[in-house]
Amino acid sequence: MSAPLIELRGITKTYGQGQAAFQALRGVDLSIAAGEFVAVMGPSGSGKSTAMNLLGCLDTPTSGEYRFQGINVEQLDRNQRALLRRQCLGFVFQGFNLLARTSAQENVELPLLYRGEPGAVRHTAARAALAKVGLDGWETHTPAELSGGQQQRVAIARAIVTNPLVLLADEPTGNLDSKRSHEIMELLGRLNSEQGITIIMVTHEPDMAHYARRIVHFVDGLVDSDSATEAA
Amino acid sequence: MILNALLLALREIRRNLLRSFLTVLGIVIGVGAVITMVTLGNGATKMVSDQIASLGSNLLMVMPGQRLGPGRDSAGAPKFKIADIEAIQQQVNGLKAVAPVVGSPVTLVAGTQNWSSTVSGTTNDYFISGNWKIAAGRQFTDDEERAGKAVCVIGNTVRKELFGAGNPVGSSIRVKTFDCEVIGLLVAKGQGGMGQDQDDTVLMPLRTAQRRLTGTLDIGSVMVSLKDGTDATAAIAQLRSLLRERRKLAENADDNFNVMDTKQIAETLSGTIGTMTALLGAVAAVSLLVGGIGIMNIMLVSVTERTREIGIRLAIGALENEVLWQFLIEAVVLSACGGLVGVALAFAACLGLSSLMHIPFLFNPAINLTAFGFSAAIGVIFGYVPARRAAQLDPIEALRHE
Ligand SMILES: Nc1ncnc2c1ncn2[C@@H]1O[C@H](COP(=O)(O)OP(=O)(O)OP(=O)(O)O)[C@@H](O)[C@H]1O
Ligand SMILES: [Mg+2]
Repeated sequence: MSAPLIELRGITKTYGQGQAAFQALRGVDLSIAAGEFVAVMGPSGSGKSTAMNLLGCLDTPTSGEYRFQGINVEQLDRNQRALLRRQCLGFVFQGFNLLARTSAQENVELPLLYRGEPGAVRHTAARAALAKVGLDGWETHTPAELSGGQQQRVAIARAIVTNPLVLLADEPTGNLDSKRSHEIMELLGRLNSEQGITIIMVTHEPDMAHYARRIVHFVDGLVDSDSATEAA
Repeated sequence: MILNALLLALREIRRNLLRSFLTVLGIVIGVGAVITMVTLGNGATKMVSDQIASLGSNLLMVMPGQRLGPGRDSAGAPKFKIADIEAIQQQVNGLKAVAPVVGSPVTLVAGTQNWSSTVSGTTNDYFISGNWKIAAGRQFTDDEERAGKAVCVIGNTVRKELFGAGNPVGSSIRVKTFDCEVIGLLVAKGQGGMGQDQDDTVLMPLRTAQRRLTGTLDIGSVMVSLKDGTDATAAIAQLRSLLRERRKLAENADDNFNVMDTKQIAETLSGTIGTMTALLGAVAAVSLLVGGIGIMNIMLVSVTERTREIGIRLAIGALENEVLWQFLIEAVVLSACGGLVGVALAFAACLGLSSLMHIPFLFNPAINLTAFGFSAAIGVIFGYVPARRAAQLDPIEALRHE
């Protein structure tokens, strides 16, 4: 068996220092192969978002080893990690993190712009991505003019517009009604099965988790259980 | 990459119009104020020094009465007589011209026009000491001076008021009770150092003015001009001792006349204006600083939002350098726009104000560059430095910034 796409070994993350220090991750081991669709579940505060941020190279662990395609991420410099994010990762934040006063279209185009795609390509790709999440007709709206669920879908469009190797989504359906949630899950399922995009998704809803083929449970900063779903 | 950064920078500027506008405004005000004040100050100094130069050699004004000042009284002091003038001409060395002046305010009438002006009764020496040139006609003849004939040479303002654009030479003006023939027109000089209109003047032979206007043989003042290279201090000392002797002043008595060196006055004046310019410059520098602090404020206030923006950009794949280029270009574009608008506004303001204030407009590249450079530097530093700090964070830390 080839090396897993993603491998965490003994990852810890401590926030703060001294008395106020808080260990959000206490030694996480996890390996995920290319093409998997993983749901991460667990109680609030169990360290799911913290783990996702580390997986997305947005944050550095306090200790432990993170290998991406066999490469030790700790040994990459800032620019190399930025390039890794640019070329391989798509991230949907729990809090959306869209650029303010910027149209949905421009928000979605941004990752392509940093990839150096020409304007015409960016345009079509962004429109297509917005259409996939059911936002055709909303291209010119800024985040302030969109509902929470719509913003969330713009964030998803921004993450999938580059067809990333790995899609990291932190509660991508947290603000959506169940019909929309199922639509998004079907979209993710298709991206996974048709384009082979590896998906790691945090969710609180067992319904949504069942679209994934594997469920990882976090409790108190540790992986509590790791099991295949019946869909697998 | 730079092209992308340019695109992004321009987008951000357009997207945050108010912030951009305030930044630009801060720079515009700072740059505009400094350049305007310093340029106008320089113009005023230049005007005064030009006037000093136009005085030619030193000019002394001799007037009866004690040194001017509070509590001094010039009413009782004896006036000069023609004999004093002759004595000065003969006994003081190094003089170019000695012109007695008898001044009298009059109303002038020519045809249907009338005008209030001042007559100076004097001699042909006045043209030398006052540095007056004849534009049309001629000076007084010896005969006219000796006989006190009713002739006059008028200044350009009097010409304009009484004759419009026409040639006044040969016409006649009614001065108080008598008719006076215009024999000459003076070349216009414009405004004097104190803002008075030098061309609002009528010159007559001394005798004419004494007989027909003042009715006495008194002489109001004497204008003495020195030959080039004459030591003004020595000439003044000689003049003083001569007049003291003629006025029979005791050894310890104060002068009952005074001698003013106009060149010295003008020099003092230009010194004062220089001080004023420095003061204005200081005020302007403060406004530049205030403008700079304004820019600083705007930049710092927007740091939180911008830090988050940087976090987002880094998270979705921007390189640190790309983010920095974007912010640098933004800062440079805003600062440069502000600087250029400031320079342009200052140019317009200087042009308008200098013509309004009748001072020459001297474009000063150094101050333009300094003001521009300073404010641009502030804009760039305060736009770029916070961005640099933010871009060095892990993306998640930038996103969490509060
Ligand atoms: N920047 C931070 N500084 C200090 N503590 C933090 C920070 N971020 C997270 N934590 C703490 O780490 C723990 C894990 O947080 P995390 O956001 O990973 O939880 P989560 O599992 O995503 O929860 P939720 O389901 O509510 O999103 C929490 O107890 C939280 O208080
Ligand atoms: Mg979370």
